[in-house]
Amino acid sequence: MNKNNYLTIIGIEVHLELKTKSKMFCGCCAGHFRVKPNTHTCPVCLGLPGALPVPNRKAIEWCFLIGKALNCNSREDSSFDRKNYFYPDLAKGFQISQFNQPFCREGFLTIKGSTLIRINLDKDKPFPSKKVRINRVHMEEDTAKLLHKIVDGEKVSLIDFNRSGVPLVEIVTEADINSSQEAVEYLKKLQQIIRYLGVSDCDMEKGSMRCEINISLISQQFPISNFKLPNYKVEIKNINSFKFVKRAIEYEITRQKELLKRGESPIQETRGFNENRQKTYSQRSKEEAHDYRYFPEPDIPLIKISNLKSQISNVIPELPEEKKERFIKVYNLSEYNASILVLDIQKADYYEGTVKAGGDPQGTANIIINKRIDINKFTPKQLVKHLQKQKTDKVSDTAKLNEVIDNILKQNQKAAYDFKKGKQEVIGFLIGQVIRETAGKADAQTVKKLLIEKLK
Amino acid sequence: MAKKTKLSREQVLHIAKLANLTLTEKEVKKFQKDLSDILAYIDLLNELDTSKVKPTFQVTGLKNVVREDKEIRGLSQKEALAGTKAKYQGYFKVKAIFE
Amino acid sequence: MLNSQFSNLNQLTIVEVLKGLKGKKFSAVELTQACLDRIKRVDDKVKAFITVCTKEALEKAKEADREIKKDSKVFDKKPLMGIPFSMKDVYCTKGIETTAGSKILESYIPQYNATVYQKLLDVGGILIGKTNCDAWGHGVSTENSDYFTTHNPWNLEFVAGGSSGGCGAALASDMTLFSIGEDTGGSIRLPSSFCSTSGLKVTYGRVSRYGAIAYASSLDTVGPMAKTVEDLSLILNIIAGKDQLDATTSANQVPDYWKSLTSKVRGLSIGLPREFFGKGIDKEVKRLVLQAVEKLKENGFRTVEVTIPMLKYAIPVYYLLACSETSSNLGRYDGIRYGHNRNSFGAEAKRRIMLGTFALSAGYYDQCYLKAQKARTLVIQDYKKAFRECDCIVAPVSPKPPFKIGEKADDPLAMYLEDIYTATINTAGIPSLALPCGFSQKGLPIGMQIIGPQFSEELLFKVGHFYQERTEYHKRKPKVLLHE
Repeated sequence: MNKNNYLTIIGIEVHLELKTKSKMFCGCCAGHFRVKPNTHTCPVCLGLPGALPVPNRKAIEWCFLIGKALNCNSREDSSFDRKNYFYPDLAKGFQISQFNQPFCREGFLTIKGSTLIRINLDKDKPFPSKKVRINRVHMEEDTAKLLHKIVDGEKVSLIDFNRSGVPLVEIVTEADINSSQEAVEYLKKLQQIIRYLGVSDCDMEKGSMRCEINISLISQQFPISNFKLPNYKVEIKNINSFKFVKRAIEYEITRQKELLKRGESPIQETRGFNENRQKTYSQRSKEEAHDYRYFPEPDIPLIKISNLKSQISNVIPELPEEKKERFIKVYNLSEYNASILVLDIQKADYYEGTVKAGGDPQGTANIIINKRIDINKFTPKQLVKHLQKQKTDKVSDTAKLNEVIDNILKQNQKAAYDFKKGKQEVIGFLIGQVIRETAGKADAQTVKKLLIEKLK
Repeated sequence: MAKKTKLSREQVLHIAKLANLTLTEKEVKKFQKDLSDILAYIDLLNELDTSKVKPTFQVTGLKNVVREDKEIRGLSQKEALAGTKAKYQGYFKVKAIFE
Repeated sequence: MLNSQFSNLNQLTIVEVLKGLKGKKFSAVELTQACLDRIKRVDDKVKAFITVCTKEALEKAKEADREIKKDSKVFDKKPLMGIPFSMKDVYCTKGIETTAGSKILESYIPQYNATVYQKLLDVGGILIGKTNCDAWGHGVSTENSDYFTTHNPWNLEFVAGGSSGGCGAALASDMTLFSIGEDTGGSIRLPSSFCSTSGLKVTYGRVSRYGAIAYASSLDTVGPMAKTVEDLSLILNIIAGKDQLDATTSANQVPDYWKSLTSKVRGLSIGLPREFFGKGIDKEVKRLVLQAVEKLKENGFRTVEVTIPMLKYAIPVYYLLACSETSSNLGRYDGIRYGHNRNSFGAEAKRRIMLGTFALSAGYYDQCYLKAQKARTLVIQDYKKAFRECDCIVAPVSPKPPFKIGEKADDPLAMYLEDIYTATINTAGIPSLALPCGFSQKGLPIGMQIIGPQFSEELLFKVGHFYQERTEYHKRKPKVLLHE
């Protein structure tokens, strides 16, 4: 909670570019990074007269997958809707999106949260876990890319339709986030899950993950459990990294607080983020809400989810939380080690691959986490060999090790005495001494075993 | 029953803005009257009791018409740009848009 | 030569021409040339064509002759080999100007083919030209074309009907063997009726709309227009069927419409909807349509009175849906990727865009578009109920005979009322076959429509063919241009 009695209310909208082979409503290649302009187009995504959309099955399945991973409900019937507005990057003069009947809604994502903010707690998880409610997960098509240049002395905008029609999934949260840390945590966790699903590169710098932050402040006069949403909200767009998300939010909180303290209400508007100045700036007034005249897309028949459901339940891969729990159980890892290993699915798979190839679970975890092995340099089999060699190196010197241990015990008689008397934690100190003596070559577990033996 | 109320000038200009159409003064006046035809249509349809009726957005009754995620060759860059003279280095060109 | 009383090849039907080509009585080039000559002689009066593809058509005709010479069985694989046809100028034809009747698309050259066009090319059809229409399909008389008005070949002072007026006029004056029109609220049936030709509005989803410049997405249908019902069945065999590029096409199998033409029809019942013969219908129209019904009754059909109460709301429902959808479909015309900017829209297009935008706007959506979609359900129910009492419905196409050019030009509402008998069929998505059933005192054509449940085109063809075997109206030619 803010010292000056203001509560930050944040809702986040994320757009993900799916990495399907083809676009959302046509067979054009969906890849558009470093491609010559207007070379991946067809009558459909170019909005030529007479063209018609046909939805990409894989994209829809992946949207349901994301919804499932975010604990959403899916309605029986879903439809696409036309969102009508004019802009040069919008080929048809409308975007095919979802308004009334999105594929998924009412889900949630749990984050660690902060002990200081006690709202929206997830009571099923250890405190201070917080539930960020997901309002909807729906599909839409991307717009073209705009470039601003000076050509022949004239200021122009150049349009490339390669990106037009690429499948996007939009994920909208409720206004459940209350700090910049929570916002970044939400985004990072979302990114992790999406990358686990393998449906998007989910990269903020490359634009396959775009976020919009909606932020307002309210003064904390009421009891926190039942506050009214504020009567304005500021939308921040075009933020390209988690670091900038944090900065932008913090800047906004300060800016809005100043205004509110002066008795003014911040204007409802859209703001951009200037990376150089680390400030947000006004872009256009959100005051006049757009009238998009949504109506169901007549060219696309209804999507009945029951026909797709069975295909999806079998496809959802193990998500980070589940994997972490399993690693703890099966490989006897600590909570800490397990969470580090599952941060990245490639790392997690590499770990498991190594263990399955014969590596011991603890040693493998240690070396990956502490020694920061470059997982691209060694295959799991190679790593196993390396680990075994290390072990034999360590074990073959048992005699020498015993010598070292004897020495250490002689030098630390008080500690040895304390341990025998019941001070269990002293063993850690003794182990450390032995390892230092062996210049790190000794294996901690072995040392511990031997010490305990000797101290009996 | 149908009161022929004319739409206001502001309403007509608002609709024209949404429709991305530029109207002459003459047209604005004409549409003030013309759009009120819609109001007459609304009155007529209000005679119908549709409280228990579901809308039919699709007469076909088709469901789940989708395509496989396969790449199909589309237009060449030349073909894509063939419809206009306003182009530059493979891009469509328009007057600068200030975002 | 043949059983035909005409000596000009362009005056023949598809069936007659196929006999002639197969029997090597004449060549494809002679046939195409006959059509092109006819166009040269009379189209400056009729004004059916926006674009005539003289060079391309003759080249294709030469190719056709080569293929026919090489392989006598070519007609098995390509059933319309060598047949010249025209298309309403809303169909994308690669390399050939396509305008939709609007100045927005003046000089627009599509870079791809509409599916229906490709299908006809694949079976040897020869495109002779693109015909005039009300811009974007918005009209009932072709007077809303941004280019010129098409004249009725039966009396040049009268309209040819719309919006596929160019198609109807080209057929009636024998400038083409068949045409592909487009029917959203009556746009194939009305010109068919006004020009004394046969035309089919298909079940929505029977024929692919890919490449057809959209008017109202949930109402538009692509359909054939020809001189006889038999000819229509041959064309539908080719153009019907599921298309991967159009998600609203039906996967229903396409029967052989021509083969099933002559099977038994006796004992079928015809429904006569009382609302279609009530207030507002011209006496002559009523007399001629009922006379046609009598003809059918004489030959074993039964009649039964049915009711379509929703006819009262036909126009508001249709126009709210159509204008809303067109306002959205025309949003792509911003002049950036093709075409001219939005100032080039004609008055009627602007009108419908404004009406549609208004009907979809915040605060009006529920009472307009949504309400119309609910009313649509009621229209569908009315027809379903009626078809429980009868096999098909017979009704007039237009409440009045063709009107003079300019007569209704200043009264858009009066124009809209022309769709009263045709629009509910589009709203319900069911098929309807329009065919000639007589002439008014003034010598102007009057047509009727045979309406059936979804995917009943076979039945409609049977009844229509049955009627045409026993009448001569469809064989008459307009005197005005007869000797040109």
